[in-house]
Amino acid sequence: MTLVRSILLRREAGILVMIVLFCAAVGFYKPQFLTLQSLKIILLLTPLVMIGAMAQMLVLVARHVDLSIGSMLGFSAMVVGLMYREYPDIYWLLGFPVAIFTGAILGLGNGLLVTIFSLPSIIVTLGTLSLYRGLTFIISDARQINRSVIPTELKVMSRTSPIFDIPWIILIAFGIALMTFIIARHTQLGRQIYALGSNPEAAPLRGIDVTKVTLIVFTLAGALSGLAGILYASRWGFVNPSNTGAGFEFQVIAAVVIGGVSINGGIGTVMGTVLGVLLLGCVAAALPLLGIPGSTQNSIYGAVILIALLIDRSVRQGGIIKRSGAIE
Amino acid sequence: MTKEKKILLEARGISKQFGGVKVLSDINLDLCTGEIHALLGENGAGKSTFAKILAGVHRPTRGQMKLNGESVDVSSPIVAQKLGIALIHQEPISFPDLSVAENIVMGRQVGGLFSRVPWTEIIEEARHYLDMLDVSIDVTRPMRGLSIANQQMVEIARSLASDSKLIIMDEPTAPLTPREVETLFKIARRLREEGRTIIFISHRLEEVRMLCDRVTIFRDGAHISTDTIDVISDDEIIKLMIGRTLKKYMRKHKAKVGEIAMEVSSLSLPGKFENISFSLRRGEIIGLGGLVGAGRTDVARALFGVSPAATGQITIGGVKAIIDKPADAIELGLAFVPEDRAGHGIFSTLSVEHNLTATIPDKIAPKGIISRKLEKSISSKAVDDLSVRLASLRQPIVELSGGNQQKTILARWLLTEPEILILDEPTRGIDIGVKAEFYDMIGDLAAMGRAILLISSELPELLSLCDRILVMSEGRVTAELPRESATQENIMQAAVPRSILAA
Repeated sequence: MTLVRSILLRREAGILVMIVLFCAAVGFYKPQFLTLQSLKIILLLTPLVMIGAMAQMLVLVARHVDLSIGSMLGFSAMVVGLMYREYPDIYWLLGFPVAIFTGAILGLGNGLLVTIFSLPSIIVTLGTLSLYRGLTFIISDARQINRSVIPTELKVMSRTSPIFDIPWIILIAFGIALMTFIIARHTQLGRQIYALGSNPEAAPLRGIDVTKVTLIVFTLAGALSGLAGILYASRWGFVNPSNTGAGFEFQVIAAVVIGGVSINGGIGTVMGTVLGVLLLGCVAAALPLLGIPGSTQNSIYGAVILIALLIDRSVRQGGIIKRSGAIE
Repeated sequence: MTKEKKILLEARGISKQFGGVKVLSDINLDLCTGEIHALLGENGAGKSTFAKILAGVHRPTRGQMKLNGESVDVSSPIVAQKLGIALIHQEPISFPDLSVAENIVMGRQVGGLFSRVPWTEIIEEARHYLDMLDVSIDVTRPMRGLSIANQQMVEIARSLASDSKLIIMDEPTAPLTPREVETLFKIARRLREEGRTIIFISHRLEEVRMLCDRVTIFRDGAHISTDTIDVISDDEIIKLMIGRTLKKYMRKHKAKVGEIAMEVSSLSLPGKFENISFSLRRGEIIGLGGLVGAGRTDVARALFGVSPAATGQITIGGVKAIIDKPADAIELGLAFVPEDRAGHGIFSTLSVEHNLTATIPDKIAPKGIISRKLEKSISSKAVDDLSVRLASLRQPIVELSGGNQQKTILARWLLTEPEILILDEPTRGIDIGVKAEFYDMIGDLAAMGRAILLISSELPELLSLCDRILVMSEGRVTAELPRESATQENIMQAAVPRSILAA
């Protein structure tokens, strides 16, 4: 394992160094940034992006992309919100299976369009990004689900838990990361996702059921977006047809790409993705502290994505140079 | 070969058609256990197609196979793997981002998608098979970055891991150094001793002689002969490989040869070609013969500035020419009709007209704005000159037949009024009728005083059209034959690499 580890760790160590340098720099100007309190703020900013990033990581590794995860998040959250509104007496935990199942159906829809019609996923999910968002407006009659409708137990999940008082949603997010790690690293499915993304032409020649794997990947992305949807309702206490999940895909793609997942498929680790999410969380937590208005946040995310892509590119080219050297 | 060998695989009446083109017809072949069987033939003889049919990559149009006396249907590479048939491609197919160990076991996993990956077992197994082959590769490293030789070793390990009885190696030695070739041979001989069967596809006769027990020759998709290697000479093999006669429709062409148009001296590009020198005169057609991979296309690409040579000199019209990019070459009056028409030749989404005028923006837009009238008159004349058959100038070029697409490409280059034409396999995949037209056209172009460099794998084409033929093998010119003394035999003699261990 030593060589693989050392190569991959180098990339991950790089992100870790970026996080440390960033925090040190911010802490130098604003010492209160380096407290337990701000760690909690950072961690509270990350669970939704973390879950979305796990979904997107698997999709990107399979050499696809899913732009619709924000809309799937919004739609699932809305379905759950409507359920709570129409059936106030329903057992609150039922929201989880409903949200996850709703998201999975939407994700399966993406997967079917990609596989049956062999359409590029970027086009399919650009379409469903709009389609699913539009459906959210239709089912909600363009009205917001208000705070009073969301069960208190659900909202409490974003504040605490019996385990060291760490909010449930943070525990869930890390649990999903662990699950993704196991899938990616220790199941046949995971290895087949990597194989598919690494060489799509060779995959069927080596007995990989490309259609099946692709469908599973998109369905899983949908299910995780659905989970992120109900956690959104927990975290913010409302569901809005136009805001909920809007722009989520950009934060997620930024985090994943920063984490070293290649947009050309085949490459990416859960560890890197987690670190990418945390780096974005640090950036997001530091902005208000430094007095940078939230309105510039999007442009900063954009800049961070571009920088990460440039790093990714130079790392890849380094790899190619090494490769031709090896042939000689 | 003292004791009688058991038959492992019987192929009967294997035929294959791609679209309307017949690439294999009625191949019958028996393979014995514990033999290394060479498969020889010219480019396009059908060797690789046959190998792919055995390995389940392609399905035969007709024919049957028996493995150990039982009828088998090799419907996919996975079925082939289960039957113990492995194909090792020249450029191994692999998953560059996965570890070596995973590449060795991929395709043999047991259990469903959500079952556990047995990492320890996988790694141990991979080590075991690589140890058997005496190669030391860290099995946990990714495939990316492995040398071609090591990638082949991984492929061989993969075939051992699936306990293959029949291992097909498609030109395995082409990318290897002599030492790596030796290692490969040692392994191949050991596999033979274990009773496995190897099909060895190669162009290198000396290797075949060193390694193989029997040799089968294919020509134009048909089985020509199978012999024990001891009873057949190199010359006989070469004769059997070509064995074609000049076709009637080709006629020798004679244009007046004028002054030197281009002189090339000691052009080299490491790894591709070495020390290429020749001079090309106006009205002259020089043929560049040789096998695929001999470096002919690389020379053409270097002359045209696509991937320039590292050292050497090109002189055009008596002046030293610097060609770093295709635009330089076009400026100097060169034109290049590439081999890969779909990939490098046409703009597939554009109309015939726009394909024609793509290289002459200045002529159709004298004031910076494209004149429709000018564009139309120029392109319709170009189409008429070469009698391209088409419905309309605005038709998408992909709707034309291959031959007419090729004519369009040629017409496009003629619009730049080139002095020197480089044609790389210009008649590949073109109907016989259109081919004949092409030969006339090439002759006419030379008669008009243009210098032509013609790369072709079709020997009759070279023999009938060219004033001189340069034969390349492994990046070097191995023969220069004037038209009078060139024959199919002496071209092939020079084209087939013989001494690989000389280095």
